[in-house]
Amino acid sequence: MNKPIVTGIGVLAPTGLGTEQYWAATRNGAKGIGPVSRFETEQYPVVLAGEIDGFEAREHLASRLLPQTDHMTRLALVAADWALADAGAKAEELPEFSAGVVTASASGGFEFGHRELEALWSKGSEHVSAYQSFAWFYAVNTGQISIRHGLRGAGGVVVTEQAGGLDAFAMARRRLRDGAGLMLTGGVDSALCPWGWVAQIACGRLSTSADPERAYLPFDSAANGFVPGEGGAILVVEDPESAAARGVARDYGTFAGYSATFDPPPDSGRPSALRRAIENALDDAGCQPSDVDVVFADGAGVPELDLAEAEAISAVFGANGVPVTAPKTATGRLYSGGAALDLATALLALRDGLIPPTPNVSELAPGIDIDLVTGQPRRADLRTAVVLARGYGGYNSAVVLRAPDKP
Amino acid sequence: MSEMTCTDLVAIIRECAGDSDTADLDGDILDVSFEELGYDSLAMLETAGQTQRRYGITLDDDVVVEAKTPREFLDLVNGKLVAAA
Repeated sequence: MNKPIVTGIGVLAPTGLGTEQYWAATRNGAKGIGPVSRFETEQYPVVLAGEIDGFEAREHLASRLLPQTDHMTRLALVAADWALADAGAKAEELPEFSAGVVTASASGGFEFGHRELEALWSKGSEHVSAYQSFAWFYAVNTGQISIRHGLRGAGGVVVTEQAGGLDAFAMARRRLRDGAGLMLTGGVDSALCPWGWVAQIACGRLSTSADPERAYLPFDSAANGFVPGEGGAILVVEDPESAAARGVARDYGTFAGYSATFDPPPDSGRPSALRRAIENALDDAGCQPSDVDVVFADGAGVPELDLAEAEAISAVFGANGVPVTAPKTATGRLYSGGAALDLATALLALRDGLIPPTPNVSELAPGIDIDLVTGQPRRADLRTAVVLARGYGGYNSAVVLRAPDKP
Repeated sequence: MSEMTCTDLVAIIRECAGDSDTADLDGDILDVSFEELGYDSLAMLETAGQTQRRYGITLDDDVVVEAKTPREFLDLVNGKLVAAA
């Protein structure tokens, strides 16, 4: 089959609700990190997050869905609605079994689970919601999106921490190769509740800074961990022939290549396998490193991980050989939503010929030889973008995107 | 505790499972099946759980899913309330 194209994007991020609002904020370097407002953080070492403001679930979803959904599922359902609308795809007009859903999830519905666990230990088991049986579950966003739109084709969920957004995209590509016509894919996460907070803090990589402008500084000499956030993106990917058959006239770009690798054990002395993921993805796309116009970095914000990523990028593209950006410093790291949102951002950058900046980062750490776009957005003729993502535990993924052919 | 009415049941359903997408729950729904109203077995377990806590009775899950309409559900609950009185 031909390489899949992206025909719809739905975004909910700390810097904007909806694709165009998010993109306007992102290209101008707007910032969405601030003190956590959702719960009291006084007793925790981490106090900042990228929260989505102004989202009222009942404005978008029927009351039937509210008692059975976690916050992150509500966000995902709305992102999916917006992505389908953007693609001009009406679920009822698609062949029932040829459209499916593959999302990534890093944690499931923590806020819902927190509330039910609290009911369990303070009031007793008869007070726990029957909906807890699925509302917390990793696969719940895939399931709820599928039910809402009657998409009964192949479905699935990928759990690879922050690499998940790219890995779900690749699994959707596999389903298209198997014969599906249209897939909804991406990731949306949120775990901004005390239970989710302690689970995130346990990874040891969160910034304890209370300064929103200094807390998440990947590649910077002051890097000190990352700030978590919520939200993400859902994308519509289609087989180009099937899209043309339903009258699609424009798309955001082509899913040209992908690879995933897994790191050796931390004590092995062997290097990260990220470089191999980039090289394999370029091979898969039939690209040379010199064809790549911009790289969207993973941007861990942890000095040794930043150095490993910069070394991998420099090894493939040469020192300062390609513009690199990490607009996620404006939102925090969004877990499975992070790389999905980066895919959306990269496609919008290709569309407009504009590389969005990396807010807050100013002074690169010693040994980081990359051309990081900071301060102002950079205009460029962009044809090919690479998106990188790493998940806790050793996951590396790389995706190559190509701008649509000019008419 | 006094008898459970359809109005009481509707209030609990709305709280536990949200409003019906297909019917006006304030209308005559006594003999409309829960399925037609858009409530699945989990919605009914949730409704039964809240009913048990509010009325201080015990309803077996198996029996709850056998009640297909509001009338059957109310008969079940009110039968328990009479037995407990």
